[in-house]
Amino acid sequence: MKLHFAILAVALLAANALAQQRIVPEQSDISFTSKQLGVPVDGRFRTFDAQVSFVPNRPEEARIALTVDLASVTLGTAETEAELAKPDWFSTKQFPQAIFQSSSVKALGGGRFDVAGKLSVKGSSRDVVVPLTLSQSGGKTIATGAFVIKRLDFRIGDGEWKDTSMVANDVQVRFRLSLTGVPAL
Amino acid sequence: MQSILGASAQDSGVLAEPPAYIAAPGYTGTAIVLHWLLGLALVVLLCVGLYMVGLPLSPQRLKLYNWHKWAGVTILALSLVRLAWRLTHRPPAAPPMATWQQRTAQATHLLLYVLFLAVPLVGWAYSSAAGFPIVVFGVLPLPDFVAADRAVAEAIKPWHAGLAWTMGVIIVAHIAAALKHQFVDRDDILSRMSLQKS
Repeated sequence: MKLHFAILAVALLAANALAQQRIVPEQSDISFTSKQLGVPVDGRFRTFDAQVSFVPNRPEEARIALTVDLASVTLGTAETEAELAKPDWFSTKQFPQAIFQSSSVKALGGGRFDVAGKLSVKGSSRDVVVPLTLSQSGGKTIATGAFVIKRLDFRIGDGEWKDTSMVANDVQVRFRLSLTGVPAL
Repeated sequence: MQSILGASAQDSGVLAEPPAYIAAPGYTGTAIVLHWLLGLALVVLLCVGLYMVGLPLSPQRLKLYNWHKWAGVTILALSLVRLAWRLTHRPPAAPPMATWQQRTAQATHLLLYVLFLAVPLVGWAYSSAAGFPIVVFGVLPLPDFVAADRAVAEAIKPWHAGLAWTMGVIIVAHIAAALKHQFVDRDDILSRMSLQKS
């Protein structure tokens, strides 16, 4: 009975801690760089949200879900943004969001983690491993990382844009997420 | 010696035509080659620029924009060489003509040199401000001397087009004036720029 109470107490505490974890969007940033004819072009997403339940010393229980509104992209000129919404690119009417859902988190030490999960964009899903570095100060946890995706895995830049000598297949994605309520490392 | 010093003091500007008595017998071969090479490149690039801005966004347009930028940067570099050459090598005297015509020719040449540099520089600034840095021939990244900023890009854009149009109009006037001298005044002005002579 005592043991049960202890488990329940821990579970409740954990649940409480997790429930309070939130992303601070105005201090967070998700951006990417694609290359057009060797020219690096930076883009950024203005609207995204994350559901995080993460206790650093129990990474095996961590769950991280991220949704990004693809229509919130900023890249170059208004004309290029209008182009990105089209079916050949993000097809934002049909697929408004990109979703990342973690499946497992591995601690590498020193505040570094490998987050494995599924990235779903435009109706295609791919398994990805996202390296994550956490730093904490003043109650905030900053999670940063970068990884590379292949745009053609998600049919981003279809049709006449498939040619990777024009727009490179590799797209670097960078993120900096400011979270509150994450227990100390 | 005295007369040379006197003449240089009277020069109204660096690109002013010098008095006949110290003028070179003709344009140097380098000046003539640069004139035709850059003249042709500028006309082609003006036409490409005019054509590409009307295209819908496509890989073809993306290619043309990048080629346009590479060519523009190359023209900028060659124009600097040309300007340095012009400043260090005296051109031949103009054939006999009315003073106002000489003045107009000088002003036209000066304005063209300004535009040779201004048009590509403003284009480069626009490209940077629009968030598309220039990578010459896809391998040589140029620095952005204007930070990426959409409002700045929109403000710069009409200047590139306006200055390019101005240059196009002046080039047409330059060609028309040369043809007028050649075929109406019959002063054989074209022989000065003949590639055969060099």
